[in-house]
Amino acid sequence: MIREPMTVKELEASVRINNFDEVVLGYTEEEAVKEASRCLQCRNPDCISGCPVGIDIKKFIYQITQKDYKGAYFTIKEKNNFPSICGRVCPAEYQCRKTCLLTKKGEPFASPKAINIHFLERFIGDYGMKHCSHTSHATPNHSDKSEATGQVQHTFKGKKVAVIGSGPAGLCCAGELARRGIGVVIFESLHKPGGVLRYGIPPFRIPRNILDFEIDYLRKLGVEIVPNFVVGKVKNLSELFSQGFSAVFLGLGAGIPSFLGIKGENLCNVYSANEFLTRVNLMGAYKFPEFHTPINVGKNIIVIGGGNTAMDAARVALRLQKINGIAPNTTVLYRRTENEMPARRLEIEHAKEEGINFQFLVKPQEFIGDEKGYVKKIRSLRCKLGEPDSSGRRRPIAIEGSNFEIDTDIVVIAIGLKANQLLTKVTPQLKTDKYGDVIVDSETMETSIKAVFAGGDIVGGEGTVIEAMGMAKKAVQGILKYLLI
Amino acid sequence: MKIIHKETLADIQNTKITRVDITCPHVVRKVEPGQFIVVMVSEEGERIPLTVVDKDIGKGTITLIFQEVGLTTKLLGKLKIGDSLYALAGPLGHPTEIKKYGNVILVGGGVGIAEIYPVAKALNEAGNHIDTVLGARTKSLLILEDGLKEVSNRVFVATDDGSYGQKGFTTDILKKLLIERRYDLIYAVGPIPMMKSVSLVSKQSGITTAVSLNSLMVDATGMCGCCRVTVGGKTKFACVDGPEFDAHLVDWEELERRNNIYIEKEKHICNLHKL
Repeated sequence: MIREPMTVKELEASVRINNFDEVVLGYTEEEAVKEASRCLQCRNPDCISGCPVGIDIKKFIYQITQKDYKGAYFTIKEKNNFPSICGRVCPAEYQCRKTCLLTKKGEPFASPKAINIHFLERFIGDYGMKHCSHTSHATPNHSDKSEATGQVQHTFKGKKVAVIGSGPAGLCCAGELARRGIGVVIFESLHKPGGVLRYGIPPFRIPRNILDFEIDYLRKLGVEIVPNFVVGKVKNLSELFSQGFSAVFLGLGAGIPSFLGIKGENLCNVYSANEFLTRVNLMGAYKFPEFHTPINVGKNIIVIGGGNTAMDAARVALRLQKINGIAPNTTVLYRRTENEMPARRLEIEHAKEEGINFQFLVKPQEFIGDEKGYVKKIRSLRCKLGEPDSSGRRRPIAIEGSNFEIDTDIVVIAIGLKANQLLTKVTPQLKTDKYGDVIVDSETMETSIKAVFAGGDIVGGEGTVIEAMGMAKKAVQGILKYLLI
Repeated sequence: MKIIHKETLADIQNTKITRVDITCPHVVRKVEPGQFIVVMVSEEGERIPLTVVDKDIGKGTITLIFQEVGLTTKLLGKLKIGDSLYALAGPLGHPTEIKKYGNVILVGGGVGIAEIYPVAKALNEAGNHIDTVLGARTKSLLILEDGLKEVSNRVFVATDDGSYGQKGFTTDILKKLLIERRYDLIYAVGPIPMMKSVSLVSKQSGITTAVSLNSLMVDATGMCGCCRVTVGGKTKFACVDGPEFDAHLVDWEELERRNNIYIEKEKHICNLHKL
């Protein structure tokens, strides 16, 4: 029996910082089978409970050991429409891998020995993309199918659901509804669908052909995607209902950048991570001037924050320096230590390999600019760790008199995101909490407005792709129940 | 998103102002004075905000008027009747609050004259007395004078070179008007130096002054913060909190600096395209 985990092949750090090509190359068939064979096939596996959408992990891994990749693909697809995306971005070390038997209880994240479930999922997702025709298995598994297809599709015939937002929650909801024969129209405010998967996550983590393929799959299921359509401005919710939609799903996301609220934050070349990443990922600024959206690149780029967005921004920044012939020098400032960073461990490792500098226990106090209004320095305080806060992580405490300055010419602020409010602000009947998040019934995901459901970051605040999908799936059950009444 | 009408309004001294009418029924149904849309000319293009100058509900078209200054506006100006845009989203931003204020002065400078037109029209319909002050570098760059005469009680013109109307700036006329009678609102759109001067003049007389800001934007739906401006010491997003703000509270220097951060790249890409 193989004990050691199969390492996954990656592009060399020295090579990959010159481009936006995918970093993790994924398992070969042989590697996938070897990794799958490490699975203990526990009688009562805990890994499944660690998956927000409840993929039958034990079963699909067994199917890989039997080289039944198509079967494994169907097993995953029963619960997750986007294995190629989730296999790439799921923080598995906090989820399924953390509950794997090979991780010791009480560890903060998965042991390196835990089965690389995400890499196996990705292998199967990519296999399915190549080898499984996408619409033939569009319905739930075979036992479901016999009772479901004809009957269910008949029941829902002629019903239409509007999905607002084409991020992870919206895409997932649309797919689940469409495969039950319900007409779905996704309204997206940007010019391309994908939400945060497109504007936020860089191509070196999700290659655009993968994203396009997974979205195209929805179109094959009959989902209509309307871009450039700002619900709340072009149409409000009641207009959608009078247009013939029976229910609405809000997957609005958390897209409003938080700022530090310190002096000098509006100096030139201080970016929110959302702006920095949107310019690059959605608008193609890394291919300027072939693409027309510009971005400024400097010699000392500072990224503030410790989450996945901060890691993405830093790695994008370093690549921009390299591509523009500037000696790479990008530093992440974080107010706690590496242990408390909410980013995926793999992203932190990749950032380090690529040469990103880290300064921990740093709390920025002020941005200082030159006479032309361009940022030149950050004045900060050092911190120490105090008692754990409500998140369970040790709280940073600024040390009086520990002031110091760092030279910089580009700053990217990646300290979190708040709820998108374009629609909620013009819909007073839609109840929101103090954060602007939409309040839902935790069972049905129905909002304070009848027939309007919600899921993803607009409900829970910032979460992961798979958590958003988990909520969307719950909302789908709520929507189905509602449509049957 | 098809162009059905195109017209060159001014074209001298390397300054070109163009009008296009574009079909987009879903925007036409909702757009109000003061709101803008975002356009992309091609898939590789930038997203830029443009104020909606007019709409024709019957034809399902909106009118855009823009000066061809950057690559995107130049490429937009190259499109022909029958061509389609790659993307058009909106209406965005808050509409102007239209009501009866009483006596209103509208100040438009350069291509900003186009942006005051829909506001003038609506305020006129709401029963306000409207005095419009237009500023241009020279006579042939003055746009929409006839249209604004139709919706204003009086129209005054200032040109930098004195080729038409009064020689000087819009603020010269504004100062005179403010001595002449009591006004209830000033609404100004134009180059930042003009809006700043209008604000300085009107501040002395304590008249509420609204300006529509032309910050740089990317998504224009509140997601990136590129357009942030300091208003009354607080950070606001021009796209979702604006685009109109109290002129007396705007940090004009910051806005001017932030609007110029890509100026070198803009020149470079225009050269590459020989535009």
